Parts: sequence; structure tokens; C-alpha cells
Amino acid sequence: MEAVVPDKSINIKGLVCPYTFVKAKLAIESMEVGQVLEILLDYEEASRSIPKSMEDHGQKVLKTEKVNDTDWILLIRKERD
Amino acid sequence: MEFTDEQLLRYSRHIILPEVGGKGQAKIASAKVAIVGAGGLGCPVGYYLTAAGVGTIGLIDNDTVEMSNLQRQIAHNVHTIGMPKVESAARTFEALNPDVTVVQIRKRISKDNILDLIKDYDIVVDGSDNFPTRYLVNDACVLARKPLVSGAILRFEGQVTTIVPGEGHCYRCLFEDPPPPGLVPSCQEAGVLGVLPGVIGGLQATEVLKLILGKGDLLKGELLIYNALKTTFRKVKVPKNPNCPVCGENPTITELIDYTEGYCGLH
Ligand SMILES: [Zn+2]
Repeated sequence: MEAVVPDKSINIKGLVCPYTFVKAKLAIESMEVGQVLEILLDYEEASRSIPKSMEDHGQKVLKTEKVNDTDWILLIRKERD
Repeated sequence: MEFTDEQLLRYSRHIILPEVGGKGQAKIASAKVAIVGAGGLGCPVGYYLTAAGVGTIGLIDNDTVEMSNLQRQIAHNVHTIGMPKVESAARTFEALNPDVTVVQIRKRISKDNILDLIKDYDIVVDGSDNFPTRYLVNDACVLARKPLVSGAILRFEGQVTTIVPGEGHCYRCLFEDPPPPGLVPSCQEAGVLGVLPGVIGGLQATEVLKLILGKGDLLKGELLIYNALKTTFRKVKVPKNPNCPVCGENPTITELIDYTEGYCGLH
């Protein structure tokens, strides 16, 4: 699989639920269908809940990756408005 | 719309709803809603719309707060007895959410001022407690083409309906004329369970938010009737009357009417 270049990146380290998802959702809303959002976060629960909520809202989760001891990176492709 | 951090916290449970989101919350923030009556229904409607972040709320009422109001009119309190209801309610709403602009309109609504009073608002809520005002608000909203969320309460029963101009019935399609004054319960007979306006006002506020968001199904062409004693909700279809005197094909009411004679509560 070729590397996906995100169209937008947000850093939500330090935030907890539900603000992690609020920030992620507002970022996705501001983007065009087909674009990819990269999310850097350090709240473990959100590494599971954001992908689930994004899929519930009809978006595509391309990647969920633990990148070091504390942080995760998610890649979400906007599928619908 | 750019939200402040405080607004993100305040409205987070809205923003994470797929039907609302940041865009829907921005629509709520730019909406202007007029509420006729700052009493049993107007208090909860205004209170919840304030919590929801509706940008501008115009409160129309000419009365002052009395002790006997406090059993159901939840925006007032013992410290605001004697104060104009619009001022008492505005203080309560502003304490809940300073984002909201509450416009105090201390006027008795009449055929001569209503069109002017509602002209700057997108949606009208009727929380009045008498038939003359209910018909006046209906006719004005039909003529001005404003959506109207109408509510009524008596004893243990309440009603809600949403009237969207050009899309279904109006209040006169349902009952062409107000009942004669002798058939309307007098003030002394007209008790009401204090929590009933909370239920009906909550339903009205919900209809307003759906109108603003353009989501869900409205009570268009339907009357919802709640019976608190039986705990039942009943929906009655209300067809548009092609011969309706105000919204029909050949309307006979083209000017507003004040019904004043003999009705209780009009002083
Ligand atoms: Zn009609």
C-alpha cells in the first residue's frame, strides 16, 4: 500500500473525551470529501473511540498506529459530508 | 463559525451528534426565535433554546411575575416577584448562557404591533395562554410566512403542532374560529399540573431546533396530544383545509383580528 499524504493534520495531545472527538469531527467537517485527516493523540481511549465514531459517521479509517510509548496517529479519509 | 474553547466545551454534546455537528451548531447560533409569552410554556422553551445556544431570543410578554406563577414558570423565582416577566426570564437565561442575546419585548401583543414584533425573527413560538392571542399569532405567521410552533396546556393535557407556511395546515384549518368566551374555562376553573408546561415546552423547543437544523420530521399536518394522567401521546392528522379563512385558496381573513370581548386573562 502506498503512503497516504494527509491533507490536514491536527495535534490533540493532552485532550480527553469527548473533546478529542469534537476536535476531530470539526476538522473533518472543514475538509472536502476524499481528503485525509491525520490525528496525533495521546489519550488511549480515544485511539479506539475516534476510529469507531468516525466509522459510525460514515468516514473511512485508513490507519490506527501506536507510534511511541505515549502517542497514536490516526488517518481518516472523509467519505461524506 | 470558529468556536471558542468554552463553546467547544459547552456545545460538545451537540457537535458530536451526526445530525448537528459544528455546522448545525453554527446554524443554531445564528437563529432568531421569537417567543410569545414568558409564562408556563415560554419559560422552558426559552430556557432550553438558551442552553442550546440559539443566537437571539425575543421574549414578548406584558405581565409581571406573581407568586402563583412559580408552580410552573421555571424561569422566575421569589426574588423576581413584581418584576416584568421578560426581565426576570432574561436574567435567568443570561445566567445560563451569555452567548445568547435575549431581547425583552414588554408589550401586549395586538393586531397593530405583532407583524412588526416578529418581522426580525426566523421562527415564532406560541406559548400564550388564551385563544385570542393564539389565533392572532397564527394569522400573523401565515400572513408573514413565518414557521410557528404552537403549544397549549390545560389541566393534565397539552397539545403541540408545527405550522410551516405553504406546507400543511394552520391553526384555523384545525378550528376555524376561537371558541365563544362562555365555553372557555375561567381563570378560577383552569388549573394546570405544574410540570405539564415542561413537557409541552420541551417538545416545542425540540421542534424549533429541528426547524433550525432542517433535520427529522416536524409536527406538520399533525397535532400531538399528551395526556399526563394516562401517560399517553396521541397524534391526530390535521389536513389542510382548502377553505381555511386564512391559509386557504380564497382567504377571507387578509387583515389581523383582535378578539377581546369576554376572554379571561386579557387585562
Ligand atoms: Zn389554515
